[in-house]
Amino acid sequence: MRDVAVIGVGCTRFGEKWESSFRDLFVEAGALALEDARLSGEQIDAMYVGNMSAGRFIEQEHIGALIADYAGMATRHIPSTRVEAACASGGLAFRQAVIAVASGMEDIVVAAGVEKMTDVEPGISTDALTGAADREWEGFMGATFPGLYAMIAQDYMHRYPLTREQLAQVAVKNHYNGARNPIAQFQSEITLDTVMKSTMVADPLRLFDCSPITDGAAAVIVAPLERAREFTDTPIKVLASAQASDTIALHDRRDISTLDASVAAGQWAFKMAKVAHKDIDMVEVHDCFSIAEICAIEDLGFCKKGEAGKFTADGETALGGKIPVNTSGGLKACGHPVGATGIKQVFEIVQQLRGEAGKRQIDGAKIGMTHNVGGTGATVAVHIFGRV
Amino acid sequence: MSVARFWRKIPQRYNLLGTKCETCGRHFFPPRTFCPDCRRAGKIVDHKFAGSGTVVTYSVIHTASEQYEALTPYVIAIVKLDEGPQITTQVVCRPDQVKIGMKVKSVFRRIATDGKSGIIHYGTKFVPVE
Repeated sequence: MRDVAVIGVGCTRFGEKWESSFRDLFVEAGALALEDARLSGEQIDAMYVGNMSAGRFIEQEHIGALIADYAGMATRHIPSTRVEAACASGGLAFRQAVIAVASGMEDIVVAAGVEKMTDVEPGISTDALTGAADREWEGFMGATFPGLYAMIAQDYMHRYPLTREQLAQVAVKNHYNGARNPIAQFQSEITLDTVMKSTMVADPLRLFDCSPITDGAAAVIVAPLERAREFTDTPIKVLASAQASDTIALHDRRDISTLDASVAAGQWAFKMAKVAHKDIDMVEVHDCFSIAEICAIEDLGFCKKGEAGKFTADGETALGGKIPVNTSGGLKACGHPVGATGIKQVFEIVQQLRGEAGKRQIDGAKIGMTHNVGGTGATVAVHIFGRV
Repeated sequence: MSVARFWRKIPQRYNLLGTKCETCGRHFFPPRTFCPDCRRAGKIVDHKFAGSGTVVTYSVIHTASEQYEALTPYVIAIVKLDEGPQITTQVVCRPDQVKIGMKVKSVFRRIATDGKSGIIHYGTKFVPVE
């Protein structure tokens, strides 16, 4: 296998983008990534696109071809493939691009993610997202997606010492980071009070425990490490790419409060990268809900089971803490255009490793990690990146 | 949910008809036709669940999708059936009544209605055991 590097990244501003269509979004992100890698379109060999539900959100399928076409690739006939794993679609698209380059099949490959969620009524987007879980035996019984994570939170709080305030601190911290990220959907800081007094969605989760509905796209370009310096002075090496799966339904899990797929993918990634937890300078985890970040930092091994609440309240996951988590603002504050999220996580880590993260820069960052979850943990992708 | 999609699982939805593997004795609800433990050595047969179980975890849903909006606030839970499997279901009780570890039993209830002219979906919910 060949070593793989990220040579270019691009991302749209995330938010409710009434003026931008699905096509506008991915063309913008792709152009930014190409420009960043000083590439022209003729040099692209293949594309992988993460997208969860264009069929429900804009009634459009056949996304691979659509994107290749509007990216100006139709006459070059390059392979373009849509990858779907609910909220982990982006992470898996990135992994497919890495595999394509590592195998030697392709050289210059685009991994993109896009979701246009605000062209439908909120009821329809909520329902589409429920398809990330088991439609027949969870969704149909009246379980909403926030409701499933709320059941994780309820189980967790019954067994471990996590207070409602500690849980709220996840959102407060992510909004603080989002306020320092120019692409974030929400760029204002919030207080514990904002979270604690927000509308109840699914007990114990309130509105500010939940990631928002977002439009956005992100794109990154990968190439063989040995060729990377043709395109950039700051290539970022992919040290590990791991993917794991688990039961589609939450009720079938070994342990409601542990995402075993996160544990597995995390362990594989650490082994593959030959690095230890103390080597990781910052991690982007999948905080679709506040409780998901609590579980993620434990499942990835950054603290012991049951201790993430105190760890968060003590500031260990904040900028300047022991392990800064979600410097981008995470899904909560940066936004969660479902299929784009996994690619945006790579975008953030690459910016950090290049020293281009502005007010949220982690000084001297050398190694970073991404963690992207599909559904309630039925798919997890973990990647580790390093400066070269 | 389309009529055919709902209709084909009526025995399972109305009567908690699941399956079990005769090779290892593991029970499945929702039903599986392939035992993940015994794989091809498994022998799957139908099994009607007794309908009693325990609340493992729960939430009170305040914001629901359209079909369930009229029920809010309602209780959803993961219930561990006495035979072993865990299922996602609704518990018919006051939101402040539900507790982890609470004993519950199955009841036949309306789950959702497919619009004003669509079919009514019935199925199994649970109620607290007095």
